Amino acid sequence: MRYIRPLSIEDAVGQLAKAVGPAAILAGGSDLLVRMKGGFVEPDLIVDIKSIAGLSEIRETADGFSIGAAVPCAVLGENKVLKQAWPGVVEAAKLIGSKQVQGRCTITGNLCNASPAADSVPALVAAGAKAVVVGPAGRRTIAVEAVPTAPGRTSLAKGEIIEAILLDKRPPRASDAYLRFIPRTEMDIAVVSAGVNLTLDEAGIIKAARVAIGAAAPTVLLVAEAAEALVGRKLDEAALERLAKICSGACRPIDDKRGTIEFRRKVAGVLARRAATTAYARAGGK
Amino acid sequence: MAGIAVSTVINGDAVEYLCQPDEPLLDVLRDRLGLTGAKEGCGTGDCGACSIILDDRLVCSCLVLGAEAEGRRIETVEGMAQGETLHPLQQKFLEHAALQCGICTPGFLIAAKDLLAKNPDPTEEEIRFGLAGNLCRCTGYDKIVRAVQDAAHVMKGA
Repeated sequence: MRYIRPLSIEDAVGQLAKAVGPAAILAGGSDLLVRMKGGFVEPDLIVDIKSIAGLSEIRETADGFSIGAAVPCAVLGENKVLKQAWPGVVEAAKLIGSKQVQGRCTITGNLCNASPAADSVPALVAAGAKAVVVGPAGRRTIAVEAVPTAPGRTSLAKGEIIEAILLDKRPPRASDAYLRFIPRTEMDIAVVSAGVNLTLDEAGIIKAARVAIGAAAPTVLLVAEAAEALVGRKLDEAALERLAKICSGACRPIDDKRGTIEFRRKVAGVLARRAATTAYARAGGK
Repeated sequence: MAGIAVSTVINGDAVEYLCQPDEPLLDVLRDRLGLTGAKEGCGTGDCGACSIILDDRLVCSCLVLGAEAEGRRIETVEGMAQGETLHPLQQKFLEHAALQCGICTPGFLIAAKDLLAKNPDPTEEEIRFGLAGNLCRCTGYDKIVRAVQDAAHVMKGA
């Protein structure tokens, strides 16, 4: 096994592309090291991306925010401007693990680990976040929902690395929220979760909406029909009821030790409704 | 295998060691450097017994590779006392009997040190939340929380 710490993304991509055996990207390590310890992965090459210039930074750009792939979730929570613009994304990232894990784990890692129950992913999907993928063929920007394809699997090709996650600049009267259900108060994996992102007009009418449900299908669900049900109206009781019904109906959950199909369906609707209420209030809707 | 040469700073001292690419920092600290304060409870980042501070961030040393410590600063429980004088947290853990078997204690001490460095006057809820990544299977948490509250009080007055 080799451990390398390249200083440029091109070098990292080159090393991954020419690797013969299994290779792993290391940022926070809170998934990788656990899987190595459990014997689930045995990489021949570990590429630590934390010394690559810019990957440990959150940058404010003309278009919004660029969150480097190696930025720990704790740093997201400490960034007041980001938190103001995207409170739902930040609250989702802050739910991952303990304080110890927060000091290491990253939203890019959470995305690439491709767990259906990943906390930050529904919030990122609702936010319309994009991933900047760098690979042997160059750079491309894709929607975050295009990254996980199945539990533990991603669409990334050999040699490709996600360099950053992009979040748009916020228009006025826009906000988001994320909620999950777990059987205890902290430090657990979502049984089901919901992220809602809303933009309002001056009168509090919803102009744009994105709704995502987590842990209710093999990958996060972007529920377009739920968003359509919200656009063009205020978030009144009828809209909330319709949102909940659509989200419950969109779920394709499994029965497991954390929850039954019936429970997940029901709670997906409840969480979507509550997250929408919070996002609406944060956006200034009354 | 020769291993990877690492230069780092531990509790203020420059330290050099060789480690294997897949060797957790926890194993380096304990088995190569004789710093056995950090404990292996779960080895998967769930229990916090291996907590250390890495460049001002509280982390589980079982989830850090030894090779990653190159050029960084590490604080372990061994650096808390000044000579024979215990850190106020250590003193208060003793006074409040905030431990039984003691396996979790170094992790709690380091996590509490990190907590008080960032929030010198935490509420009980903030303490409980801040220490939620550290598990104790003997005492429960009340005595630990009281000890941290008392230490915070002492440290503010200092």
